[in-house]
Amino acid sequence: MLSKRIIPCFDVANGRVVKHESFFANPRDAGDPVVLAALYDAQGADELVLLDITATHEQRGILLDIIRQTSAQVFIPFTVGGGIKHLDEVREVLLAGADKVSLNSAAVRDPSLITEVARRFGSQCAVVAIDAKWSDELHDYEVVISGGRIHTGKSVVKWAKEAEQQGAGEILLTSFDQDGQRNGYDLHLTKQVATSVSIPVIASGGAGAKEHFYDVLTQGEADAALAASVFHFKETSIGEVKRELQRKGVNVREPLIP
Amino acid sequence: MIAIVDYGVGNLRSVENAFTHIGESVCTTSDPEILLQADGVVLPGVGAFGDAMQQLKIRNLIHPIKQYAKDGRPLLGICLGMQMLFEMSEEHGEHVGLGLLSGHVTKMQGHYKIPHVGWNQLQMKQEHAVGKGVSTGDYVYFVHSYYVVPSNPQVVLASTDYHQAIPAIVVQNRIFGMQFHPERSSTTGLQLLKNFAQYSATLDRR
Repeated sequence: MLSKRIIPCFDVANGRVVKHESFFANPRDAGDPVVLAALYDAQGADELVLLDITATHEQRGILLDIIRQTSAQVFIPFTVGGGIKHLDEVREVLLAGADKVSLNSAAVRDPSLITEVARRFGSQCAVVAIDAKWSDELHDYEVVISGGRIHTGKSVVKWAKEAEQQGAGEILLTSFDQDGQRNGYDLHLTKQVATSVSIPVIASGGAGAKEHFYDVLTQGEADAALAASVFHFKETSIGEVKRELQRKGVNVREPLIP
Repeated sequence: MIAIVDYGVGNLRSVENAFTHIGESVCTTSDPEILLQADGVVLPGVGAFGDAMQQLKIRNLIHPIKQYAKDGRPLLGICLGMQMLFEMSEEHGEHVGLGLLSGHVTKMQGHYKIPHVGWNQLQMKQEHAVGKGVSTGDYVYFVHSYYVVPSNPQVVLASTDYHQAIPAIVVQNRIFGMQFHPERSSTTGLQLLKNFAQYSATLDRR
């Protein structure tokens, strides 16, 4: 049986892992991304996501180096995102050893980027990251881009469907309302998106305890759950999360370390 | 030595890294001479079937790969590479494959999530040196929307269950296919690659 996936994510700036309590305020250093990647692999992570939050041209070299090293040591699927705009950047990242790229703002600005990536490298490597924020004005979840600074007026569900049509292989859905709050994923948002597309949905934003993973993978109908700080700062571990899920009857790949 | 066929598609580094990690000597090449010298050849693949066959053709690799397999030398197709071992695929029109195994490739259809992405369990159907140390219930990482329908069900060494039984590992003589990504399937995947490399290294070259 296909298992639900638990995916630790790192935000990387200047070659180091950071996670902020609210976006771009108070970065707390959580270490070397390559070391962390190997550690999570050993703990039974099903996949890894690395987001380059500075994503400047100068730092591209550092990022590619991290990807090369991670790919040589970690034998689970691994996605890279953050500021990817062009097909040649996608190519660089994949050739360095990433399995998938996550496309965010650039895909909203030009949805054909998704199609191009899918056609050149396959849908399996085209993950479309959607940052969602509730809008009272729209009475709907709205797609935000550029780290939440720009409101697009687009409905999240509509955009998710469009991304699927353009060739996305998976949706990485982040609740900007919940992100950094640590009081659980946005179940309503996740379920809305997960039930409107036929590609897998990875839920993100808000994990603060092991129970939250259970909620989003069952009630939220997510195929996978992503989390960052809750693992980095050892509030819970991948093993603990998986044992909890297993105990409650959710199919997971067994954690390697008890 | 294991040779990975480079035909200009996808990420070959992770396959190479995996062999290196388990202590096997490996090279990635599009040179038919080097491929023919290898103990075992790996045909990786992501993307679309038609494009991939076209890329093999442009690089004059179809004949050497077929010859290698016909000489009874070990060949392993991974993911799309496994699908290409068969006669024909229905991915975006009909495309002819390598035809080393009889059967075709068809799209998953149903009211469930497609592609089949994630960790799923193997059900071992037969004993084989390449499956050594891997048991029913072990998880490997899949990502695909098409699957193979072999004409002879006896070639299925392991299957997985995703709304139907899907061939996960196939073998006929010394031709192997893995629908999942062993290079991304943690310890189970590395074990399978190790088994393939060891199996290849112990065979007589004739």
